[in-house]
Amino acid sequence: MKRKVRIGIPRALLYYRRNIFWKSFFEEIGANVVLSPITNRDIIERGKKYSVDESCLPSKIYLGHISYLVDKCDYILIPRVSNYGRKKRVCMKFYGLLDNVSNMYPEVKILSYNIDYLKGHFDFLEMVKLGLKINKNIVRVIWAYFSSKRKEKRHRISLINEQINVLKSNKLKILIVAHPYVIYDEYLGKDIVNYLKEMEVQILYSDRLSRKEAISYSSDFSKTLYWLYAKENIGSVFYYKEAIDGIIFLSSFPCGIDSLVNELAIRKINNIPSINIILDETNALAGLHTRLESFIDIIKARRENE
Amino acid sequence: MNRIVSFPHLGNYSVVFDYFLSNALKCNVIVPPATTKKTIELGSKYSPDFVCVPFKYNLGNYIEALNKGANVLIQGGGGCRYGYYAELQEKILHDLGYDFEFYNLIVDNHISLKKGYKFCKKINPKTNIFKCGYYLINSLFMIFYIDKIERYIRKNMGFEVNKGEFEKLEVEYLSSFYKRDGLGKIIRNYFKYKKKFKSILIRKDDNHLRVMLVGELYSLIDFNTSYNTERKLIKMGVEVYRETDLTYLLIGKKLRLRRMIKKSKNYIKYNLGADASLSVFNSLKAAKEKYDGIIHMKSFGCIPEINAINIMKRISNEYGIPLMELSFDAEDNEVGIDTRLEAFYDMIEER
Repeated sequence: MKRKVRIGIPRALLYYRRNIFWKSFFEEIGANVVLSPITNRDIIERGKKYSVDESCLPSKIYLGHISYLVDKCDYILIPRVSNYGRKKRVCMKFYGLLDNVSNMYPEVKILSYNIDYLKGHFDFLEMVKLGLKINKNIVRVIWAYFSSKRKEKRHRISLINEQINVLKSNKLKILIVAHPYVIYDEYLGKDIVNYLKEMEVQILYSDRLSRKEAISYSSDFSKTLYWLYAKENIGSVFYYKEAIDGIIFLSSFPCGIDSLVNELAIRKINNIPSINIILDETNALAGLHTRLESFIDIIKARRENE
Repeated sequence: MNRIVSFPHLGNYSVVFDYFLSNALKCNVIVPPATTKKTIELGSKYSPDFVCVPFKYNLGNYIEALNKGANVLIQGGGGCRYGYYAELQEKILHDLGYDFEFYNLIVDNHISLKKGYKFCKKINPKTNIFKCGYYLINSLFMIFYIDKIERYIRKNMGFEVNKGEFEKLEVEYLSSFYKRDGLGKIIRNYFKYKKKFKSILIRKDDNHLRVMLVGELYSLIDFNTSYNTERKLIKMGVEVYRETDLTYLLIGKKLRLRRMIKKSKNYIKYNLGADASLSVFNSLKAAKEKYDGIIHMKSFGCIPEINAINIMKRISNEYGIPLMELSFDAEDNEVGIDTRLEAFYDMIEER
């Protein structure tokens, strides 16, 4: 029997957006998926070694995951994303991920697809093209695409429903505005989430609402914003405006987009208490906990006054 | 209300912006005072923590222009993060208590001619599309001619016999554009000065040093950001090549980007964003044509250029060409950069 192809997926950056889809798609077309482990100290050290000092922390972590995967699979999946249409661009670091890795490990085989809606590279076509490299049966690939898409959608809906239930509760509610690859990462955001849960605060995530709705709400904030992911984040603030007691803007050092957007958001939103937390490699928890504690105290006092 | 228009500095090109605004729109223009240490201090005081340096310089220019009496500000840069500067800058300046109109010419990260024309109409309702178009073409010619002379200067200034002749003539050349001229006069003016520049005595050896400058557009064009690194290098007696200028940004990029990526296909497959593909292409060119060194300049945290760094390092290793990274921030000290530059010069000279 022919051995199944092993496809490595680094557990960083876009993994947190597309994980359900990727996993299901590759398993449907007859490949094994090898995931890199949850981010740990070792991976961060590896990432730091390979990346440029100035690049942002999530992309350092990404390179760490890649270096873990290099000798453990046949292919590594690295998408190149440019835009999803007009005014739906993404951060420039996604432009160059593929070329960076292929220059660092010239011998590694890379599976990649290019998403550039303005130039006619659509998600469906690119995924089918990618699938055909592994499985020659086009019907199966197309079927795999749609069934994985459906699975992803179902997963999203369950997350959104979960969040709606959270909204109904009467406890203190805090919205965390952060990119999925920051907040769901074990090393970056998990600690803050755990700490907030200990403090008996209900957490709302900025990515757990309908993306279309979030984007339409983001025009309340700014008409000229052209980053898709920032739009989704900021849209959530305006979507939940009435329901929440506080906002945590969580970004990693030195995130280019967040440096502008979060600053503007903090200047524009006056009636909700907010705090801007910037995560860095040192991961100094004690100071962070103190800041969070005092922030929650302020919110509690504010709520009792009302 | 009497409108007084102002704009942030961009290297030598403030001549062109001034020319266009005061001719096509017949409005009062204040060119912000030349960028100094004080400008960047003002700018970084009110900027977010880790935004890139052009933001801070622009903000400093705006504040100084507003203090001088401007009440209409323009922002027209795009490409990467730059496209979103405008909104935050407007908010920051409003929060500081200034009263002004702010015009942002960017739509979806690119400068939009339609929005630009709307802005022209608003400032001066009497203007029409032909007038604007005519002066726009004139301005493009000016940019083109300024860049042409600058390229000649970069190649030859290091070898002049009487020191300082080039710089003196350059100041004269730039200020000659301040006259309100038509297209014919601009072209004639260029040829007149071209002859003058060519007549300056230079003495070049056969094996002089050649260095390629690549990197982010703003740091390269705006000599304040880079603490005049380019000129210092030239004065050491080096032939400097740099392709990144406004001519490239406005015309060359659209025509050549695809071919550039194709030619460097061993290293890059897709566009890296902003001018990073040009950086890779030019370093490859420098390596193949046996230049003596590459200097990569960027402002701190510039994402497209960060994409390019690892690739350029690989090129530098494979071809054995020295590469120096310079990353500029508001708090840099000039002396440190000078020292690195001198060390780099000594190194390539010994090779």
